[in-house]
Amino acid sequence: MIKSLIRATAVLGTATLLATTAFAGDLVINFDDPNPGPKKGFETAVEKFKAANPDINVTVNITDREAHKTAIRNFLSADAPDITSWYPGNRMAPFVNANLFEDVSDLWSSDANLSSKFEAIKPTMTIDGKQWGVPYTYYQWGIYYRKDIFDKMGISEPKTWAELIAASKKLKEGGVTPFTIGTKFLWTAAGVFDYLNLRTNGYDVHNQLTAGKIKYTDPRIRATFAKWKELVDMGAFVENHATMSWQDAIAPFAKGEAAMYVMGNFSVDGYKNAGLKEDQIDYFPFPEITPGVPRAEEAPADAFFIPAKAKNKEDARKFLAFIAQPEIQSEWNSTIGQLPPNSDAKVGDDKFIQQGFETVSTAAGLAQFFDRDAPAEMAKAGMEGFQEFMIKPDRLDAILKRLDKVQERVYK
Amino acid sequence: MSDVTSTNMPSASGTVDRRSWYAKNKLRVAPWLFLAPALIFFVIYVVLPIFQSLWISFFEWDGLGEAKWVGVGNYIELMDDDRFYTSLYNNVLWLVLYMLAVPAGLFIALFLNQTVTGMRIYKSLFFFPFVISQVVVGLIFTWFYNPNFGIVGKIWQFFGAAPPSILGDENLVTYGIIFAGLWPQIAYCMILYLTGLNNVSPDQVEAGRLDNAKGWKMLWYVVLPQLKPATFIAIVVTVIGALRSFDMIAIMTQGGPYGTSNVLSYYMFETALSEYGFRMGYGSAIAAVLFFIMLFFISYFLWNMYQEEKVGR
Repeated sequence: MIKSLIRATAVLGTATLLATTAFAGDLVINFDDPNPGPKKGFETAVEKFKAANPDINVTVNITDREAHKTAIRNFLSADAPDITSWYPGNRMAPFVNANLFEDVSDLWSSDANLSSKFEAIKPTMTIDGKQWGVPYTYYQWGIYYRKDIFDKMGISEPKTWAELIAASKKLKEGGVTPFTIGTKFLWTAAGVFDYLNLRTNGYDVHNQLTAGKIKYTDPRIRATFAKWKELVDMGAFVENHATMSWQDAIAPFAKGEAAMYVMGNFSVDGYKNAGLKEDQIDYFPFPEITPGVPRAEEAPADAFFIPAKAKNKEDARKFLAFIAQPEIQSEWNSTIGQLPPNSDAKVGDDKFIQQGFETVSTAAGLAQFFDRDAPAEMAKAGMEGFQEFMIKPDRLDAILKRLDKVQERVYK
Repeated sequence: MSDVTSTNMPSASGTVDRRSWYAKNKLRVAPWLFLAPALIFFVIYVVLPIFQSLWISFFEWDGLGEAKWVGVGNYIELMDDDRFYTSLYNNVLWLVLYMLAVPAGLFIALFLNQTVTGMRIYKSLFFFPFVISQVVVGLIFTWFYNPNFGIVGKIWQFFGAAPPSILGDENLVTYGIIFAGLWPQIAYCMILYLTGLNNVSPDQVEAGRLDNAKGWKMLWYVVLPQLKPATFIAIVVTVIGALRSFDMIAIMTQGGPYGTSNVLSYYMFETALSEYGFRMGYGSAIAAVLFFIMLFFISYFLWNMYQEEKVGR
């Protein structure tokens, strides 16, 4: 009995040893989205990579997004895969600063695709003049609206702030709340803030604010909040938004109680699942506020990175170069309904992707998102402030002063 | 080697005690041997981490890079942190209001302590909220409180009033969560009192009745003193339950709206371990404060128990 037990453990031991020792040619990839669409897009790309590189033995681990966010801190320092998915901008900064991500600038300068076809997105992948990963997808933000309601009330897509306010008033008169939103998890409010700020002050102010170079009490930021207050004061947002997630907030939209939603393109699936038909919903870019400010857009990207402790960095670089190719990016993104960062890649023919591509490709600048451009602690405090402002707009002064205090501490 | 064993084995009838040290001290050693596994794990998983977190609270550390010594810097920052005071205040609210579970549990227990057909079914129904997970309780109450489709909204609408958004209003949210937390806690206190009531001696009740004690007087002077042990445990579990309230907040509001329903335990989690956190030092400082608050209560309870034991002996 004991003997067989010992033998069993010995066998098990060697087996785990075999499993963990990566031979040259083994490539371990950690991916963070088990939802059917994204999983399919990822797996198809991996299959193609395998077919092109039969000598590389690829292992794939797919975990849930939230779990991945916690796990990555452990596996980067303990048992690193060869490639992991993560987010650019300030979200990658802690790992870059802790020397846990591999510098892939060499790939960006040598690879034919990366060196010339990723110009728009390159800045967000850059820290200290070096590139740290390769993006495989990004998506547009903007205003999704109920076309049937707009048509019924005779409203056309607003192009300017005045038109947006007029449209909102008309909707209110017709008993429809202009905007739905769910701020329970805070970041949705940051989307609204970012757009108001980008349209009021432009891309540079957005970047300086999230880089801690402008105070929140700055008159330019106050101007942004003044625009926001116009909407809050007229009751343009659904009530009880503080108790709803972004998915919950689809309900009033689907029921026709609210007509617009400032959101990312990933939400389209949610509208359709809530029973809305393709021709009931449509998209328009956030309207102009200050005339003459070049139009910048929110376009968060997802990317792949090589951990500094990866065992097979050579093949990992091969994989990154592989997924930068236009054909791979076209197919992947048409599967998941998003935009390919490679400018040579083809864009899917879905109407939202087409409109999104037009919006984003003509933009003067691409912002990641408030919580990706600002450091985590600042982002959290900022987004809580936005939520508080939406409920108690009179507290604006106190909120901005508090944010200045946090800012002073975070960027010292 | 074999020599030693052979002399030890057969007889030990001489005046010199030739038994091994272990054999001689068996009675004294045995309890420690039995306690050892628990003690070792208690030290590794409870005692050491306490000192570790106290140590970390003097650093600025994101959990990845170099930890930077900041001394009491984190505690100084705490003194100037509005969120911290909100959480502390909410913790006090929890402590005070959660105590309602004790009398409420007592009265339900008294009510259920009768012999009626089907009493067991009623008892288990009252006990039911304690059995289901806090997460489920939190979810159910989130729906209750929803002003659009929840029962609260429906009741308000029935009276023609605009329903409040309980979880979205900074003045109501903590009360809303505490109320939800009370539901299982009352059941817990009730079960403690029910078992306590089984031990109330019928003679004393009988004697009280002969002396014409009734109703409140009977309860206050005859029954309650006998329920003292149950009351003590009920208070202890309620205090601890209030201080570690975490699940409800995580499920129902995540500390929101804008941090107004935070308590120390959730605020600690948020700063140290959540998506926008990873300030290990600051989180540890919050944990340290919470630890000392708990320590105050726990040492009082332990001291109390110790005194009782002494009297009992």
